[in-house]
Amino acid sequence: MGMGRSSIVTLLLGIAACGLGVWLFLEVEAQWAVVAVAGAVALALFLADRLGLRARFEAAASTRRSLASALGVLAVLIVALVLHESHFALLMLATVALYATVCLGLTVQFGFAGIANFAGAAFFGIGCYATAVLATQTALPHLLVIFLAGIASALIGSVLILPMLRTRGHYAALITIAFGILFKTFLEVNDALGGPQGLKVPGLKILGWSFNDPLHLPWGIEASFYLNYVLVAVLLAAAAFMVVKRVESSWIGLNFDAVRLDETAAAVSGIDIARWKITAFVFGNFLAGMAGAVYAMMSGFIAPNSFTFGDSLILVSIVILGGLGNPLGVLPAALLLLVLPEKLQAIQEYRFLLYALLVILILLFRPQGLMPRRLRSYFSRGARA
Amino acid sequence: MDAGLAGQYLLNGLMLGLIYAMVAVGFTLFFGVLDVIKFSHGDVVMVGAFVALAVAGGLNAIGTTLPLLLLLAATLAALGSMALLGALIAKFLVLPLRKAPPLNTLLITLMLGLALREAVRLFYPNGSNPKPFPHLLPTGSWSSGSFSLRADSATLFVAGILAIVAVHAVVNRTRLGLAIRAVAQDPETARVMGVDFERTVMITFGIGSALAALAGVTNGLYYNEINFGMGLWLGVIGFSAAVVGGLGNLYGAILGGFLFAALQTIGAIWFSVPAYKDVFAFAAIILLMAWKPTGLIAEKTAERV
Repeated sequence: MGMGRSSIVTLLLGIAACGLGVWLFLEVEAQWAVVAVAGAVALALFLADRLGLRARFEAAASTRRSLASALGVLAVLIVALVLHESHFALLMLATVALYATVCLGLTVQFGFAGIANFAGAAFFGIGCYATAVLATQTALPHLLVIFLAGIASALIGSVLILPMLRTRGHYAALITIAFGILFKTFLEVNDALGGPQGLKVPGLKILGWSFNDPLHLPWGIEASFYLNYVLVAVLLAAAAFMVVKRVESSWIGLNFDAVRLDETAAAVSGIDIARWKITAFVFGNFLAGMAGAVYAMMSGFIAPNSFTFGDSLILVSIVILGGLGNPLGVLPAALLLLVLPEKLQAIQEYRFLLYALLVILILLFRPQGLMPRRLRSYFSRGARA
Repeated sequence: MDAGLAGQYLLNGLMLGLIYAMVAVGFTLFFGVLDVIKFSHGDVVMVGAFVALAVAGGLNAIGTTLPLLLLLAATLAALGSMALLGALIAKFLVLPLRKAPPLNTLLITLMLGLALREAVRLFYPNGSNPKPFPHLLPTGSWSSGSFSLRADSATLFVAGILAIVAVHAVVNRTRLGLAIRAVAQDPETARVMGVDFERTVMITFGIGSALAALAGVTNGLYYNEINFGMGLWLGVIGFSAAVVGGLGNLYGAILGGFLFAALQTIGAIWFSVPAYKDVFAFAAIILLMAWKPTGLIAEKTAERV
């Protein structure tokens, strides 16, 4: 039992440290402080890895998954409550949670099953546009709209399944690249979807709870309406995270690994490659579509310029920076890459250039990313109990 | 549609196809020699065009006004600098990742392309706006009805064909080409036979990138306008052309280039909204990939397990 208690302590300390880091990063305003905090976060992640703290934390989290997820969500909500007056910080928090959801989908596609998807922003965009159309043209309940946006993204993505399955490697990469560019060009010339000006999207409403009104907390505190969206976005991201983690450690994840590592060997061992590639691809696009739905309702306005090839590359950068195939790595990477340019006006203009250089350096010198994926460990639960 | 207009479409299509083919030949050369995709290739086209623009502008500013001299200096500067850039990319970004998964090479060059694009946008004077490219070729034209053949287009077309033929001759008829083909076939054996592997790869990347620079200059001279984003389009189209033709095959790349231009031209005739021609062309490419997954002229391979 002593082991069990120490794992709880590890979890509590680890999550508290992460929460503190997130709060500091969102709270600081001065430019030097932003740089200092970002540097400290990256250094802390690196040191935690070197000193084995991350390994202990991940081991503790994998023995007590539900508790770890609940504590993680709680920590983010505490941070959100502390920041309840700041529109900007809450908007960033919700955006990070939504982009992290998309990147979790990409992790399943790219990191688990080995399908490189260079059209992440397009699938996110399909979710946004599906929401804009469904929420203005129909009276469907908004929770259903979010779900349908995910379905729309998965369905439209299914068009690519056949060419995707028939091709490999570089040939397969071309298909998503062509699709991403085709999607943005199509939006720009399509007047029914607003053309280059884009579309307006109504705010989220669930059972009469309008998300675009300020949130009234107990004790007469009035919070920014973005707090509503933080709640939804964090719940969505947490649900996606739990599903992805469970998929990873299940026999499904094992099949994904086999398909990624060696298609021939996997096929010889009786694994249906097509089935697992389709599963990973459709699931990832579904997540991207749902995240897009919430994003569209939160920002109230969408335009083709938010879904360019460059944006797809930013999504891939997040996945690579975090550590390809490690769902946990997506979270700090999304936070760093999305918040840093918003906080540092000096680099706002240069962000694509800096990210490109950053990813080049990572690929050259630390291809496993900030938080490398750990090897599957069998029988660990039995050994640790 | 009358014959003159049809001829005009055909001529534009051929010119486009030639530019695409020049870019695609680079992709296919790199893939042949190292089995990698260098996605920054399109942006090398763009940087080449900007180098030419800067050199022509600079010489003009110090008093050189002879168009032929400007053209020669600008083209040579673009070709030389891009050949060097290509060799450097091979040495510092592509060769170090040889042991890594192939998608890492695609990623690193995708990111390099983004970096080149952004660098031009941010650091070239007023780089985020389209730039007029000077007329440096004789501008006479011959016309009949609604059809007109400009002398500069004809010159560009002939020059482009000659460049592709020259690359083809280098690969197939010289000792260097022999080394390139040896490395493409089997790097280990080529090394044993005394081929300097790294040097051969760098030279191949240099040749492909010089051809890309020529494509950039041709593009600038033909449309008289260049912008920082043109490389992304040309890169994706060149890559599509090389893939549809069959990676690693020189004829496939040329075929793919003209095929893509034909698709765009058909799209432009069919749809009233101009941008739909690209949607049409890319949709056709995705379908073609589903039909012929390794390109029209497929590489004959058997996987060894």
